Amino acid sequence: MAAANMEKGELMSQVKQQIALANAQEMLSKMTEKCFKKCIQKPGKSLDTTEQKCISQCMDRFMDAWNLVSRTYGNRLQREQYRTMDTVELGN
Amino acid sequence: MSEFENLSGNDKELQEFLMIEKQKAQVNAQIHEFNEICWEKCIGKPSTKLDHATETCLSNCVDRFIDTSLLITQRFAQMLQKRGGGDL
Repeated sequence: MAAANMEKGELMSQVKQQIALANAQEMLSKMTEKCFKKCIQKPGKSLDTTEQKCISQCMDRFMDAWNLVSRTYGNRLQREQYRTMDTVELGN
Repeated sequence: MSEFENLSGNDKELQEFLMIEKQKAQVNAQIHEFNEICWEKCIGKPSTKLDHATETCLSNCVDRFIDTSLLITQRFAQMLQKRGGGDL
């Protein structure tokens, strides 16, 4: 019993870890794509200091935007849920 | 997740856990998609902070995208109905 329970707990934390990893990878790849597009107009022999500065600012803004989008979507999901609940109540 | 369903077939707790994690992952994927779309619409040159106008643009962008998606879904269903069936 104890072994089975541990296995389950382990499976759960592995699932969580894998999801977190996939999320970070998605974030990283989108961030790279978007910030390359914004900051590297004409690729030169190396990343110059302006480009590097732009990239680090872009990464910070990308996180800001992501968090704001996440909050807005969360609020919307909640509103839609209440609306559905109202509709169901009216229907009864 | 179907391989998990077999694994968790008789385990309510595990089933529920996986369902919730799946939902969270779907919400997360949706946020990535919205963020990508609205980043393109709203962000000019990255600066030291998101200004107020950009913040407003981002949050309007998410809500209007969802509105658009709902509207199109609804109209599309009507289009299908008018054609008298599911055939395109």
